[in-house]
Amino acid sequence: MKQHRTILGRTTLALTSATLVAGVSLAVSAETLHPAVETLVGLGYPAPQEGELVHIPPTMADLEASDLHPETKQVIRRGYDLFTNTQQLRGENVYNDMNCSSCHLGEGRQPFSAPVWAAAVTLPNYRGKNDHVNNLEERIAGCFAYSMNGTPPEYGSDDMLALTAYHQWLAKGAPVYPDQPIYGRGFPPPERPDELSYESGEALYVENCAICHSEDGAGLYQDGEYIFPPPWGDGSNNWGAGLVRVFTAAGFIKNNMPLGQPMSLSDQEAWDIAYYMSSQERPQDPRYTGDVAETLERFGPTFHRHSRYGQEGPDGEVLADHANWGEKGDEVKPWNVGQPRFEELKAQ
Amino acid sequence: MTSKRISGGLGLLLGVGLAAGQAMALEGDAERGQAAAGTCVACHQADGSGMNVPGGESWPRLAGMDADYIAKQLHDFKEGRRHNASMLAFANMLDDQQIVDVAVYYSQMPVTAAQGGDVDDDLLARGEQLALRGDWDEYIVSCKSCHGPRNEGAGSHFPGISSQHAGYIESQLRAWQADERSNDPQNLMGAVAKRMSDEDIRAVSAWLASQSVASE
Repeated sequence: MKQHRTILGRTTLALTSATLVAGVSLAVSAETLHPAVETLVGLGYPAPQEGELVHIPPTMADLEASDLHPETKQVIRRGYDLFTNTQQLRGENVYNDMNCSSCHLGEGRQPFSAPVWAAAVTLPNYRGKNDHVNNLEERIAGCFAYSMNGTPPEYGSDDMLALTAYHQWLAKGAPVYPDQPIYGRGFPPPERPDELSYESGEALYVENCAICHSEDGAGLYQDGEYIFPPPWGDGSNNWGAGLVRVFTAAGFIKNNMPLGQPMSLSDQEAWDIAYYMSSQERPQDPRYTGDVAETLERFGPTFHRHSRYGQEGPDGEVLADHANWGEKGDEVKPWNVGQPRFEELKAQ
Repeated sequence: MTSKRISGGLGLLLGVGLAAGQAMALEGDAERGQAAAGTCVACHQADGSGMNVPGGESWPRLAGMDADYIAKQLHDFKEGRRHNASMLAFANMLDDQQIVDVAVYYSQMPVTAAQGGDVDDDLLARGEQLALRGDWDEYIVSCKSCHGPRNEGAGSHFPGISSQHAGYIESQLRAWQADERSNDPQNLMGAVAKRMSDEDIRAVSAWLASQSVASE
């Protein structure tokens, strides 16, 4: 079980020979590509480029078989449980209908689905969104404030430690601060078409997405339990989450939806659905100043220039021009938003 | 690929349009359903438990299944979107009103236990993995991601598969693999079934059959 093998730039030979003799390249590819990557290539995902870092994270079965201390295993299991059933923190840290694994498919392991191990080996690092150096805990805290429309567990708390332990476990064997670009990192967007169509996006959404996510975008919560995540509305991520950027949503959709049929939508279709979905309402961005135009001006350059925040909506209204915070109301404020760091260093 | 997806989508629209349209127009009645279900009990049993028939054609449990799902399947048999010689004959004996009646009748029965889950631990462990976590290295998404947290079903489109007979689940997954069954919405089941090995199918069918569903 060498599932967590990390392969560095081992596709060089395959790629070079691919242009010369197709038959040979297949044989070489079969030898060099991990089976999981072969599966992806077979589904239409790009093959790893020369020099890319390909990391296959370990599974929970690998964890059981590992030599880690039993208590360490317990904590990693707890992190996995929080990651895949984040709804257990509902009303405490989570105020919408999402789990971490709603967007990070394959329990955070899956390439092209923002695999989370990458954060464990590239952080601490500078992050434009909050203009300072973030570590893994602060990065996860951001997900709670925006994607979960909530407020994060405290730094150093049991839940935060368990979540970071799970991330780090998935990174097992990957180099820290890698120089190489990471294969399948984030939600790589397809090329943006010249025109995006709201009407086409709506029709495509109804045809391809509504069976699970519902025509009104509410997803499905049945008998008090999470089934399908809501792409918009009060149960969804708020206006500050990464997925409200249209290119990020297009990348998520193209690479992951409909579930089980990745890469089946055309680039145009993925972008149109993303545009439609991103033009619907959702809870306010926690960075809201009280004025949508002012908020857009302040956070446009680093974020909202990619979203539809403050733009004209489908019915002529201004999107996000409201003080609806979703289920968390105006009492719960994510404590991490706007928290500065290294002010003295920055002043130098 | 695209044309397949679109035709799958059209099939869904047609199927749901019919089933949902009639469900709205016609109200099911369990008592009438019991009267109309006289021919069903020979295979599906009086308590709706069906029967696991190793090596033969297993009869699915209907007890506790979603009424709209049952109704859609009956319409699909009648209208050629799902193929089974016995069910074609029996579904043809039911009119639209009787279909919603028997659907409601069976949906109200308590879920019964399933057979075929008595296999070795390794196979069960693989089945549990596929049902609850999937195998993403093969791009097999978990059963529960559509069929609900305990695989007891989600909405009207995704049927409960926990405590269903192993023989039935196996035969359906094989039918999807062979394109003999394709009345699922948007090929959602077909796409996943085609990535499963023979052992995967046996494993997940046995594990699901070994699960019990608590009555409400």
